Amino acid sequence: MIQLRDLKKNYLVQGKTIPALHGIDLKIEKGEIYGIIGHSGAGKSTLIRCINLLERPTSGEVIVDGVELTKLDDQKLQEQRRQVGMIFQHFNLLSSATVGDNVAFPLKLAKRPKAEIRKKVDELLKLVGLEAHRDKFPSQLSGGQKQRVGIARALANDPKVLLCDEATSALDPQTTNSILALLLDINRKLGLTIVLITHEMHVIRSICDRVGVIDGGRIVESGKVLEVFLKPKHPTTQEFVEQVADSTELREAVAHEKATGSRTIARVTFLGEQTYQPILFQTMQETGTVFSILQGTISRMKDTPYGQLVVELEGDEKQSMHAIETLRKRGLEVEVI
Amino acid sequence: MGLTLENVDWSEIAEGTGATLTMLGFSTLFAVLIGLPIGVILFLTSRGQLLENRAFYSFASIVVNILRSVPFIILMILLIPVTKAIVGTSLGVLGAIPPLVIGAAPFFARLVETSLREVDRGVIEAAQSMGASNWQIVWNVLLPEARSGLIAAITITTVTLVSYTAMSGVIGGGGLGDLAIRYGYQRFQTDVMIVTVVILLVLVQILQSFGDRLVLKFSRK
Repeated sequence: MIQLRDLKKNYLVQGKTIPALHGIDLKIEKGEIYGIIGHSGAGKSTLIRCINLLERPTSGEVIVDGVELTKLDDQKLQEQRRQVGMIFQHFNLLSSATVGDNVAFPLKLAKRPKAEIRKKVDELLKLVGLEAHRDKFPSQLSGGQKQRVGIARALANDPKVLLCDEATSALDPQTTNSILALLLDINRKLGLTIVLITHEMHVIRSICDRVGVIDGGRIVESGKVLEVFLKPKHPTTQEFVEQVADSTELREAVAHEKATGSRTIARVTFLGEQTYQPILFQTMQETGTVFSILQGTISRMKDTPYGQLVVELEGDEKQSMHAIETLRKRGLEVEVI
Repeated sequence: MGLTLENVDWSEIAEGTGATLTMLGFSTLFAVLIGLPIGVILFLTSRGQLLENRAFYSFASIVVNILRSVPFIILMILLIPVTKAIVGTSLGVLGAIPPLVIGAAPFFARLVETSLREVDRGVIEAAQSMGASNWQIVWNVLLPEARSGLIAAITITTVTLVSYTAMSGVIGGGGLGDLAIRYGYQRFQTDVMIVTVVILLVLVQILQSFGDRLVLKFSRK
């Protein structure tokens, strides 16, 4: 659906060339939710703005639904942009127009007939749950409601792609969740491809299928959300994982245990159905190993449940190794720390 | 010795007030019609905007500054030949309108530029992302979003024009300023002077509070 090829962007600041993106290659499939996570200044905002050419890349190709955007003239580009909706961190609604007029705005720009606009606005307001607020002005709405207006507006032209530029960063956690649920709902109902950028792990974990970690203008790690976050390789990715799994405590616990004896400490990862089965307990019982749990998480990424337990195995090394081998045979991932 | 109004010819005052209002109405109208597009162009060609063009912006900016820095009373005299060419006379109500417009339009254009700068950059970006053309952005985003600022700009321009119309009395422009100079100054009839000043003062008050009310009505922030 979206393909970026060797995308580079330099900014000219006071006569000096500052590179923001160093050759990004990215392929986003139709119907998926792709998340790009990075710290501020990593280039994620520039990257998402390149997808609809709000920022013109210095070099490289931007292909959306088979059309190379950088080669289009202004008018063709304006037509193509209607295929790509966008929502923003600060909503960017017209303060002088009502909720209804804001949603109607892109249709008005596309010069659609009035009756069609009315009907479409009704549908969209219903979809985002704002039928009752049609005649209000943005200043009368809460942040979450404003973002719902933004979403309805972005969907007005029936786009194939929705770009979300830090869409939940200005919202409180509860409102963030309701907006994420709405995005997931739209993705499923309309089969819309969604690209979002964020600095919050929580956003990626809740709704994304795949993720790209951006750092210093480069995608340093990418893949399925589960794989990237259960086995983070790049230091930046590890930092983001630590945002949600409080590993400083774990590190202290491990250090403490290691200092007190020659015990084996292992991280056991469960995926999907395994998460709710007593595999760990059974295995330990069968092999006669005594264990204690130092830290544990049972959670889900989008729809997949997963668990990660850090366990300490008591007894001699040979016995512990046997237990670990058995766990591996039963399909669990075990890493000795 | 109290103030008597023995020299005041009320029919002449009424006529003068009418002439001032006529000058004010037409000059405001044309100053807005000419100044608005100039202000929009100044904004669009300024740095970081949709039609950024440094050479054009600097040139337009200098022209606007020159017109604004010439004192109105001198501008009026300098423009006499231009005025004659446009409306056929440099006297009376008709002769006063061209210099009023030329004096006020650049001033208004600057105010327009400033109020457009107040429009949230993100909203312009959002419109671009929806495939809006530059013209659509001006018409459907910039002008409506800056509406209350623009109304305030029109109010300030009109109030400034009130004092300009009075000045135009010096070169035979007609209206209340003309009365004040001919009777109040040249014939020492202080009462006429005071009456004209009071009328101008009331006029400014009415315009300002009307403008303020409109701004409040259209303000959505």
